[in-house]
Amino acid sequence: MPRNYILQSATDVFGKSVDVVIEDGAIVEKPALGVEHEKIDCSGLTVLPGFVDLHTHLREPGFEQSETVASGSRAAAAGGFTAIHAMANTFPVADTAGVVEQVARLGEDAGLVHVQPIGAVTVGLKGEQLAELGAMAQSKARVRIFSDDGNCVHDPALMRRALEYVKAFDGVVAQHAQEPRLTVNAQMNEGALSAKLGLAGWPGVAEEAIIARDLMLTELTSSRLHVCHVSTAGSVELIRQAKLRGIRVSAEVTPHHLLLTEDLASGYDPIYKVNPPLRKQSDVDALRAGLVDGTIDVIATDHAPHPKESKDTDWASAAFGMVGLESAYSIAQQVLIDSGESSFERLAEVLSTNASAISGLTDQGTYLSVGKVANLTLVDPEFKTQVESKTQSMSENNPYVGRSFTGGVVHTIYDGQFSYRNRQIVERSAL
Amino acid sequence: MRHLLSAADFSHDEAVAMLDLAEDMAEVNDREVKKLPTLRGKTVVNLFFEDSTRTRISFELAAKRLSADVINFAAKGSSVSKGESLKDTAQTLEAMGADAIVLRHSSSGSAFRLAHTDWVDSSIINAGDGSHEHPTQALLDAMTIRQSLNQDVRGKDLAGVRVLIVGDISHSRVARSNLLLLTTLGAEVHVCGPATLAPSSLVGKERVHYLLDEAIRQVQPDVVMMLRVQQERMTASFFPTEREYSRVWGLNKSRLSALDDKTIVLHPGPMNRGLEIDAASADSKNSKVLHQVRNGVSVRMAVLYSLLSGEKENA
Repeated sequence: MPRNYILQSATDVFGKSVDVVIEDGAIVEKPALGVEHEKIDCSGLTVLPGFVDLHTHLREPGFEQSETVASGSRAAAAGGFTAIHAMANTFPVADTAGVVEQVARLGEDAGLVHVQPIGAVTVGLKGEQLAELGAMAQSKARVRIFSDDGNCVHDPALMRRALEYVKAFDGVVAQHAQEPRLTVNAQMNEGALSAKLGLAGWPGVAEEAIIARDLMLTELTSSRLHVCHVSTAGSVELIRQAKLRGIRVSAEVTPHHLLLTEDLASGYDPIYKVNPPLRKQSDVDALRAGLVDGTIDVIATDHAPHPKESKDTDWASAAFGMVGLESAYSIAQQVLIDSGESSFERLAEVLSTNASAISGLTDQGTYLSVGKVANLTLVDPEFKTQVESKTQSMSENNPYVGRSFTGGVVHTIYDGQFSYRNRQIVERSAL
Repeated sequence: MRHLLSAADFSHDEAVAMLDLAEDMAEVNDREVKKLPTLRGKTVVNLFFEDSTRTRISFELAAKRLSADVINFAAKGSSVSKGESLKDTAQTLEAMGADAIVLRHSSSGSAFRLAHTDWVDSSIINAGDGSHEHPTQALLDAMTIRQSLNQDVRGKDLAGVRVLIVGDISHSRVARSNLLLLTTLGAEVHVCGPATLAPSSLVGKERVHYLLDEAIRQVQPDVVMMLRVQQERMTASFFPTEREYSRVWGLNKSRLSALDDKTIVLHPGPMNRGLEIDAASADSKNSKVLHQVRNGVSVRMAVLYSLLSGEKENA
């Protein structure tokens, strides 16, 4: 199979029409003479850097009834992602070089997307003792992001040590900001609605208190902090001020926190149960503004697949989380482009280049740079679709089922090859 | 009406009609033969994931007095995945022929969930879901209040009646259902409790009081409803000690004397005597606790009758 393509008449992020030439998997300026190219009509499509997700739960090893690295990779390819970051809360936990290398290898075997493991900050995510961060950083998986996601590194001394320790290999601690004592048994956003529904509240201050503390620790240690799934207006403001002070902090927001509000809890359907919880419209507005003005650096999916039985229950018994890889682009387009608030340039930053920089991935987010391996996503901004429950993910805990979205991924090119073409997965074995 | 999930399910007129129906049922309860043939052949399942002997017995009696068959199912202890057993247990019981499921569950919204999923087709009656609601308790409280204020109760609502609910409002399904139903019926409902347990969003700031003596002075209540104090609230630092709770929020002799003679005292039971209510208040002529228990059977008969006999007419 030739790995030489010309993507004809695509629109780039600046609105210009371009022919993208790929030879032997890499971007070249002009087609070489005597080389055969497959020509693909991309008129009407916008070419973007392949998306990079900083926050994906792939569930393997340990929870393969929810998702595997292979099925999550398919969902990623269908969502336009060329790199995803596998969270550490597997079983066993990704807290050793062995586990992160296993996850990376499973990703290579699937071959549809770069699977970059995230390492646990503490042994077993227990928040008691640092995991072997150096070993994970120096392993073949080359881990740079460390997170106990699902749990907060709540011990301030431990968080300080982690921030200091990762400086040795330009690592970053990605904090799940949730003060545990303020959120015991918490079920949904705390407020008038939680009081009415009789569900235990998760107050915004439980997130903000940890972020405020971590920002100060980051300044003290001159280290680097990444804040996972920011969900409140107060958190956005804290991060905005910290950036003005020069603190090295980056932040992510999930598609669902950009679109959905706590009102959805009213029917007690746990499909809308997620951690941190859906907040109020004023929080959604603040998150959107923060995404547009640069306070929030990336959209990260927090793709959290669960089997049906985990959601087919009463609210309190249900698991937290929702899938998100395959709808992220449509929501990003709605929030940034269709709203008239921002541009495709910004969309490319928040879905690709910023995440790539935070994680130190040299082959991702490079867009159309000549000589670089092609990791690209082509989207049709006019494509209309109604979300169905069955997707590439193994799990169907999808809060968007039945909703209409505008804008969708048409092709994904990973490592110079199609992983998704004309809305179909291209298995590696077919190449 | 197919289900009873929330006290908010009733409009003003529906609530009054339900209370009137409960009065009809009360007359049956005063007969020598306390039985109606209305629900003969129907099966009512009491599905209790939490222990509540009183509520369960009350529903059981109500169903039996309407000639329904009754099955009591007490789900044992705290299983790891209560949710799965909710679905599975409800489906199992329905497969055996349940027409109505009376559900008590520790999880808020569980009755709503059971009614709004495709898990079962039975009528669902919420007999208490977590901290959310307990609508038949509100009905029996409304019935008791209405009886204490009127000779002839039929057709009457609770317009202008001032009610003070005292205790742990935050975690109380009794408080939530009463706030909804009594307000629908025209009453003015105030709450009083430690600030840690009295959220203003449920009633509005002007109707939240933090000290019982002040609340009694300001509200001049016609009805004082004392809520049961749960031990675990103290260990979670919602208030410091039982003594302090009792001193500030307990109903005792001196506070009883500060109330109007005609003011009635309610308690959903079981009472912690000496904590939220002392013996003198519990046994006073103001106390209508046993009326509440008696009315409980009548309102539950009325609810079962409305849900299950109506269904037959529609079919």
